[in-house]
Amino acid sequence: MDYRIDRHSGIATYLQIVQQTKHALRLGLLLPGDKLPTAKEVVAATAINPNTVLKAYRELEREGLVAPRPGLGTFVLRSLAREEGAADSPLRAELARWAARARRAGLGREDVAALVASVVEQEFAGDGGTGGENDD
Amino acid sequence: MTEPRTALTVTRLGKRYRRGWALRDCSFALPAGRICALVGPNGAGKSTLLAMAANLLTPSAGTLERPDGQRVAFVAQDRPLYPGFTVAESLRLGRELNPSWDQAAAEQVLAAGDFPTSARIGSLSGGQRTRVALALALGKRPDLLLLDEPMAELDPLARRELMGHLLGQAAEYGTTVLMSSHVIAELSEACDFLVLVADGAVRLAGDIEELLAAHQVLVGPGEAAEWLAGQVVVERREAGRQLTSLVRAAGPVPPPWQAGPPSLEELVLGHLRGQGAPALLTDEARVNEMVEVGG
Repeated sequence: MDYRIDRHSGIATYLQIVQQTKHALRLGLLLPGDKLPTAKEVVAATAINPNTVLKAYRELEREGLVAPRPGLGTFVLRSLAREEGAADSPLRAELARWAARARRAGLGREDVAALVASVVEQEFAGDGGTGGENDD
Repeated sequence: MTEPRTALTVTRLGKRYRRGWALRDCSFALPAGRICALVGPNGAGKSTLLAMAANLLTPSAGTLERPDGQRVAFVAQDRPLYPGFTVAESLRLGRELNPSWDQAAAEQVLAAGDFPTSARIGSLSGGQRTRVALALALGKRPDLLLLDEPMAELDPLARRELMGHLLGQAAEYGTTVLMSSHVIAELSEACDFLVLVADGAVRLAGDIEELLAAHQVLVGPGEAAEWLAGQVVVERREAGRQLTSLVRAAGPVPPPWQAGPPSLEELVLGHLRGQGAPALLTDEARVNEMVEVGG
């Protein structure tokens, strides 16, 4: 797991670590039993504050995704990968066909992304911060 | 043995030179294990404060407390090293003088340097000397690491790498770090604690998130200025009909104001430009100033 910290994204650094970890869990890049890098490793590679890494790991722990084993490190407890979202799933195929249609209709990458984001926003409005990705 | 909870307590500390007070009535506490940014304009007293914390300078007033047995390392701005020594000899001196010497930590810092350990200190560039000074400081395995402008002469690659080393050691051993710098953007990811000095006095001290949360950037029309009168205004700027203000708002902000959280840079610059607001210290940073007056 290699964290990329964007210093100008406006997203709190610990949330970037939380989100990137969840992303890896969704894509199956991190599986149950896998070890997260130590705080020292993350800090040495990114030059961010050690307490920021610990805060991110505590948040992942609070959500039941990882657990620390004293003296050994922090390990993944469960995956976020969903069958419905896998590369060969019908939902994904449907969306791929829609994206191709949007492109043929003349929409660019950002137009498509904005359209998808707005539909997602509408669909999930009022659900609250189920992903834990809202800043308080 | 319990771990000391405060790495450094500064109470009404002052230093007077012939030209006047470089630092005056300076009080704050630095909790153990924090990475603290010491910021302020040139001549604000940052180097004086660090040199006093390192016991290299005697205070003219006030006190400075550190836990018993605390190991301190200091990298001064002029990186004092023996120019006639080679890098290897400098390391050997560190080893001989420090019972807790960590040769591996020191060598790790030197590893990415583009110079051999047989090089004389006098032949090195400023950035290379900084690397040697940091290697010596981390080799001491300090409990408190004091750094005066540590990144000043380094290229961006070396900055990231050396900052990684020192934060890595802090992560592993719980080292407390106090470092001065002019480059706020550079500190905002690395540090979790802030001490802002200006005109020889502390203006802000505490956990960075807590300090940021205590402030808001307000943007609104000039006519709304009346509401500001009841607030602690750090700074206000007018551009045409628009008014922008950094405030410590008590309670919710009414329309038409638009409120947002400040960045660390906005917080620091706002306090340097606007001198009106009183100093703000969070609970962790506050010192019980029940000390005898005079002396």
